[in-house]
Amino acid sequence: MPSNERVRILVVDDEEIVRESLAGWLAKDGYAVEQADRGAAALARLAAQRFSILISDLKMPEMDGLALQAEARKLQPDLAVVIMTAFATVDTAVTAMKQGAFDYLVKPFDPEELSMMMQKIVAQQELVRENAVLRKALKKEHQLHDLTSKAPAMQAVFELARTAARSSSTILILGESGAGKEVLARAIHAESPRAAGPFVEVSCAALTETLLESELFGHEKGSFTGATARRKGKFEAAHQGTLFLDEVGDIGPKLQLDLLRVLEERRFHRIGGNETVEVDVRIVAATNKDLQRAVASGSFREDLFYRLNVIPIRLPPLRDRREDVPLLVEVFLERLSAELGRPIEGISAEAMNALAVHPWPGNVRELRNVLERGAVVARGPIIELLDLGLEGPSPSGAAPRGEPPTSPDASLDEVERRHIAAVLAHTGFNVSQSARVLGVDRVTLYNKMRKYGMKRDGEDEPSHPTPGR
Amino acid sequence: MDPISIWWIGERPMAPGVMERVRGELAAAYGVAVACGEPPGRPADTFDPKRGQHLSGRMLAWLLQAAPPEGKLLGLTDQDLFIPILTYVFGEAQLGGRVAVASTARLHEDLDRAGERRFVDRLVKEAVHELGHAYGLVHCQVPRCVMTRAAGVRDVDEKSPELCPRCRHRLTEPGRSRHAVE
Repeated sequence: MPSNERVRILVVDDEEIVRESLAGWLAKDGYAVEQADRGAAALARLAAQRFSILISDLKMPEMDGLALQAEARKLQPDLAVVIMTAFATVDTAVTAMKQGAFDYLVKPFDPEELSMMMQKIVAQQELVRENAVLRKALKKEHQLHDLTSKAPAMQAVFELARTAARSSSTILILGESGAGKEVLARAIHAESPRAAGPFVEVSCAALTETLLESELFGHEKGSFTGATARRKGKFEAAHQGTLFLDEVGDIGPKLQLDLLRVLEERRFHRIGGNETVEVDVRIVAATNKDLQRAVASGSFREDLFYRLNVIPIRLPPLRDRREDVPLLVEVFLERLSAELGRPIEGISAEAMNALAVHPWPGNVRELRNVLERGAVVARGPIIELLDLGLEGPSPSGAAPRGEPPTSPDASLDEVERRHIAAVLAHTGFNVSQSARVLGVDRVTLYNKMRKYGMKRDGEDEPSHPTPGR
Repeated sequence: MDPISIWWIGERPMAPGVMERVRGELAAAYGVAVACGEPPGRPADTFDPKRGQHLSGRMLAWLLQAAPPEGKLLGLTDQDLFIPILTYVFGEAQLGGRVAVASTARLHEDLDRAGERRFVDRLVKEAVHELGHAYGLVHCQVPRCVMTRAAGVRDVDEKSPELCPRCRHRLTEPGRSRHAVE
């Protein structure tokens, strides 16, 4: 049985005698009880420390119990709120419960009722805690650092990655864009004996061949125009750590040869230098290209391919492990909640269905971006389907409503007109909802609708909304 | 541990046998000298006409100012007690303080054939319970311990008149029997 001493209760009432007697009653049950005489004082306490239960009077000067409840839940979303009221009105009870109150009490209340309610809250919070611990343990089983999956193919990847991490052999990660190649590389580094060393990343596709060469090997002062000082390259920076060569399939022939030499000899010269630099670096390379085909066509050196392909790890695309979508949604929402500083409790069943059938050409990265958008635009703690802004086939498999996509030669106005029309069609011409999806206010949307002569079938041009209507 | 005094502060007279039984059980429970004494009068200004009940906090205040200079004091009354937030209470005590009060008003509810004997059993349990608070004990979650919370007479009937080993041990902890007002 959980000890009540760990259960902290905040009693808020402007009447001292009520506050004192309730606090005294609860203290005798062993609860850690604190008191506040008004909403502002209660919020100050809630900002300073965690409470399990807030018991607040409904009618108080300055801030009433419902307003306090709303503010308190912003500070501590898992707080159980009980509203006390002197008059039993259905409206009050419904409002309090709708706004997330655990329950309400009509003063004076029966001791049995109060006792049982506190026990019920404590038992429920204990269950939630146990559940969270179990879920965490389960999630850990499905995780390799920041990678999460319960798909058998990914579990095999995790196992191989863990084994490979223990060696210093070169690893080649293959997978589509957004599948998590960099995240896997970081996980391998973190699992390896080199974890305390640096993890250095180079995006080979982002730089010209000359710049990439200097980036990788460094240069001596005066070795080329603009080389005003000696600069160490990424190979040196990654000494005793891991060098992650992303998009390695995009490097040109000269660099392919230089890279091959370093991989064979583990030493090189800085550009313009004579000094031989020896490094202890573990290479993890990644590409979304078919390197074997590139070797066959002659655009990628076969010897370099074999040097890189010591331990190949293939990351499956998200569409091949759809069972991971709900798990990934949970992980991302937890992170987004923390990053955005707002509680996101989950997504609607409709939204989850849409995510489950989406083709995910951009893989896990696309899923994260879609959820981030959803978390930003969602009005409440639950992300709805429209918040996700998903395009493409609807969950039922039917073609999306609205107009066809624009051609590359369409004007900006035309793109805007078509996009607005598509969103309006998608929301069933709900202007408020459409404005939210488009990220503009309703007046702006009405103005645009007038500009483009948009109206629902059988309607005249839209009029401006009247305040208060 | 401090000795205990018991006062009958009710309106109707209480059978001397009942007071004696309570005295004996308290002495056994706390292992201290327990004496039945005569109060200097009856508590005044404790009645709330709106509720038709007596405010237990005011009973405690009256007991505190009338109490003998040493030891714990338990007032027993036949008046129905309340605290502002609750419909009724069986009793109230200063947690770790000097005074406690227990009421017989609701202990007659749902009496079966055991009748008077069960009523006295209930009173004994409430007396031990409230004095437990005065000795600094909070409600206990060990089933049947006399310090478990009783929100109704059924709860009172279910518990024993004895302290569980944990509560008994807590009584001996330093600082438990201190004078403090909640």
